[in-house]
Amino acid sequence: MIAYGEKIREIAKKLLAEERVDLIIGFKQGTLPLMTEPVMIKEPEKTDQLYWSSFCSMNLANYLPKRKEKIGIIAKGCDSRNIAVHIVENQIQREQLYIIGVPCTGMVDRRKIQSLVDGKEVREAIESDEELTIKGNGFEQTVKKIDYLQDNCITCMHRNPVIHDELVGDLVEERKDPDPYDDVKEIEELAPNEKWELYSNLIKDCTRCYACRNACPLCYCPTCFVDEADPQWVGKSIDPTDTMTFHILRAFHCAGRCTDCGACQQACPVDINVRLFTRKLNKDALELYGCEAGLSIEERPPLDTYQPDDYDKFIR
Amino acid sequence: MGIEPERLHFSWISSSEAPKFAEVATEVIETVRKAGPVKKLVKTRAEVV
Ligand code: SF4
Ligand code: SF4
Repeated sequence: MIAYGEKIREIAKKLLAEERVDLIIGFKQGTLPLMTEPVMIKEPEKTDQLYWSSFCSMNLANYLPKRKEKIGIIAKGCDSRNIAVHIVENQIQREQLYIIGVPCTGMVDRRKIQSLVDGKEVREAIESDEELTIKGNGFEQTVKKIDYLQDNCITCMHRNPVIHDELVGDLVEERKDPDPYDDVKEIEELAPNEKWELYSNLIKDCTRCYACRNACPLCYCPTCFVDEADPQWVGKSIDPTDTMTFHILRAFHCAGRCTDCGACQQACPVDINVRLFTRKLNKDALELYGCEAGLSIEERPPLDTYQPDDYDKFIR
Repeated sequence: MGIEPERLHFSWISSSEAPKFAEVATEVIETVRKAGPVKKLVKTRAEVV
């Protein structure tokens, strides 16, 4: 996967030089190791900034809604599904996009790497196809990347882009073995009070910074319900009730649309796994409506269509 | 996420189904009463210490 960088730069340069796109949305190297930044590039000579590593975990589909230009965008499997969701929801037109697909073998979780060295400062990270070497003051360690993947990448069943105009490498094999919802099933078994305790505990450190919302491509409303002041739908404090209301509503707004890309969890400064909310809804969307978000640009999300045989056992 | 099932009711009642409405409303009241006062998602006044 490490060779993708060269290919991305080559494709981007060609697209801009031939004026087939106005803009490339991609990643550049972060100012710190284990970090990357999103970047928008308009001139062919600046394409050498483009970069690829196992830390390109942000979801670039987040930058698409309502853009007018012709755009070249780098997309992993999950990102491509969010692009499909945007197309279905009319946030961008398919013809505007040149999707540079990245067959993905999983993103490495920088927090897992960081905890490996007890929070010591990582000064340098060197990657090969399978391994990652991290160096810092007085330490050097090499690990297998596959042992430190992000949680959502471990259970990912769609690593190849579902739509693309060009690929930067050969398709990778999709996993068939894992049941992605083991943890959700465990929670489903709990009694209501135990669930309440688990979820209350999960968000007890939430500072309402909204980084999870901002990182999510699905959250493109011009004014989010949490920011509205008139009427004020939800209190703006970190009172546990206000915080829980925010999380429940955020998750339900993503129901049937979330691709489990993990951008929300990665963005959280206090390491809250907010995916525990959305994953339950993903499981429901799959089991009740046979829907996995963003697999096609024709299928509308389950909550915005009606079928006579829709699940309705809960209605008397 | 732990909202008590007793507090959540969905029903589809046409305007011509008065008896069904009365029946459902009574049942909702009974089950909610059994569940007792609500403790979750209630904002209490901030404690000042
Ligand atoms: S809710 Fe989280 S995992 Fe789902 S699409 Fe948004 S950022 Fe990705
Ligand atoms: S990113 Fe984390 S702290 Fe910020 S609002 Fe989301 S869950 Fe809360």
